[in-house]
Amino acid sequence: MRVSVDTHRCCGSGQCVLAVPEVFDQREEDGIVRLLDERPSAELHDEIRTAATVCPSGAIEVHEA
Amino acid sequence: MTTAHPVTPLSFPAPRGACPFDPPPAYQRARREQPVTRVTLWDGSQCWMVTRHADVRVVLRDQRFSSDARRPGFPFVTDGRRALANESTSFIRLDDPEHARLRRMLTADFMIKKAEVLRPRVQRIVDDFLDRMVEHGAPADLVTEFALPIPSLVICLLLGVDYADHTYFQERSRIMLNNGSTADEIRQARDELTEYLGRLAQRKRREPDDGIISRLVARGELTDEEVASTGLLLLVAGHETTANMTSLSTLALLRDPAQLTRLRAEPALVKPAVEELLRFLTIVHFGLPRVATEDLEVGGQTIRAGEGVLCMLSAANRDEEVFEGADRLDIGRESRRHVAFGFGVHQCLGQPLARVELQIALETLLRRLPGLRLAVPYEDIRFRTDMAIYGVHELPVAW
Ligand code: HEM
Ligand code: SF4
Repeated sequence: MRVSVDTHRCCGSGQCVLAVPEVFDQREEDGIVRLLDERPSAELHDEIRTAATVCPSGAIEVHEA
Repeated sequence: MTTAHPVTPLSFPAPRGACPFDPPPAYQRARREQPVTRVTLWDGSQCWMVTRHADVRVVLRDQRFSSDARRPGFPFVTDGRRALANESTSFIRLDDPEHARLRRMLTADFMIKKAEVLRPRVQRIVDDFLDRMVEHGAPADLVTEFALPIPSLVICLLLGVDYADHTYFQERSRIMLNNGSTADEIRQARDELTEYLGRLAQRKRREPDDGIISRLVARGELTDEEVASTGLLLLVAGHETTANMTSLSTLALLRDPAQLTRLRAEPALVKPAVEELLRFLTIVHFGLPRVATEDLEVGGQTIRAGEGVLCMLSAANRDEEVFEGADRLDIGRESRRHVAFGFGVHQCLGQPLARVELQIALETLLRRLPGLRLAVPYEDIRFRTDMAIYGVHELPVAW
């Protein structure tokens, strides 16, 4: 799985950070998403899919395989 | 595919049914039978009502559905809100890019890390108000002695507003959120608050501190009026919402001994419990208003440019397609997909803070008052059916 984020779309809701703090963070200066790990390990995949689902702005893309 | 409209559109708002925790039966039925349906508002105008979880997400995420109340066709659920449409400028009623520009000045203040740092302070505040309530003795009104002062003090601290003036804000934000207020009453309340915040902005220019108002002023990108309207939004949005969630959650748990016992036995469940209570109670119960800026399709129904839409968060949060046994409160379930904070780029800015406040308030209340109970018959509790934010007017409790 590969993950990408779109910082222009992101509205800084923090939903992704709540779901998977290992993979998502928020920038100190403006609370916008910061991707910590583009290729997260398998045990996090389910939670990452949840993060993408609950992201209100559609800023998280999950590329399976 | 376009389904025919029912001959007589549903009149909005529909009354609640027998259970005060459930959304109006008419919305629940609409979700099953005609998920995108026409409704008639108080002034005889019509708009669309969207009730399915999937459709609500589609509308709220698509910025071609505008939040700008100045656009023709924008649906107003009360007279007062329509009268103020052309005068209000806070970013909750603006579209991107203006909305994003203003919201991004605040996102850092409300991000997860910041809310987490506040935990010890919120815990102290919660303990203080609970101490005072216990000292005053039972019966006590949980709303005025506990649920309301907590978010009120917290938002005052964050903004750098003097808590000594809290009755001033509470009274005025209550008027602004009362669907029964006339346009003049709302206008006066709003003007007084804006004036107060404008004066505060001027003072922070001279005597800066580390509160949000002061830092907005220091950026130098906003006029004092813009600072005031942003402060007003935070003050109003941050007050009654968290307060009503706290008291209504308490009541819902007191009415459901099995869930209450479970939460007491497993305090670690407080996080999922708060999500489930947000879903189950959905206190923003009048629907989020939007207006289509072009012809769009939602759930197989064409919505024309200039037509209004109400996104019913309460009905969406009871959608069986997403939440099994949706009409049951189940604090252990996976409910993170709820839309109680809205969806799309306007999704609640204060949600990390609201979560911290709710988790601490509920956990502390249940832990410290093991004998917590209603001090009046349940039938006597008055629900806020006519208020923009649902909840109870008062909650007399003993312990
Ligand atoms: C349980 C408590 C709360 C609930 C249920 C709630 C609910 C909501 C909802 C549904 C929206 C979306 C409005 C729309 O899309 O038209 C919203 C927006 C907003 N909320 Fe909250 N809220 C809560 C607490 C708070 C707190 C504590 C604050 C601030 C301190 C806050 C500040 C805001 C702001 C500024 C917006 C506008 C965001 C934007 O337009 O980008 N809320 N809230
Ligand atoms: S959930 Fe989406 S909008 Fe919210 S911070 Fe993460 S990427 Fe941004």
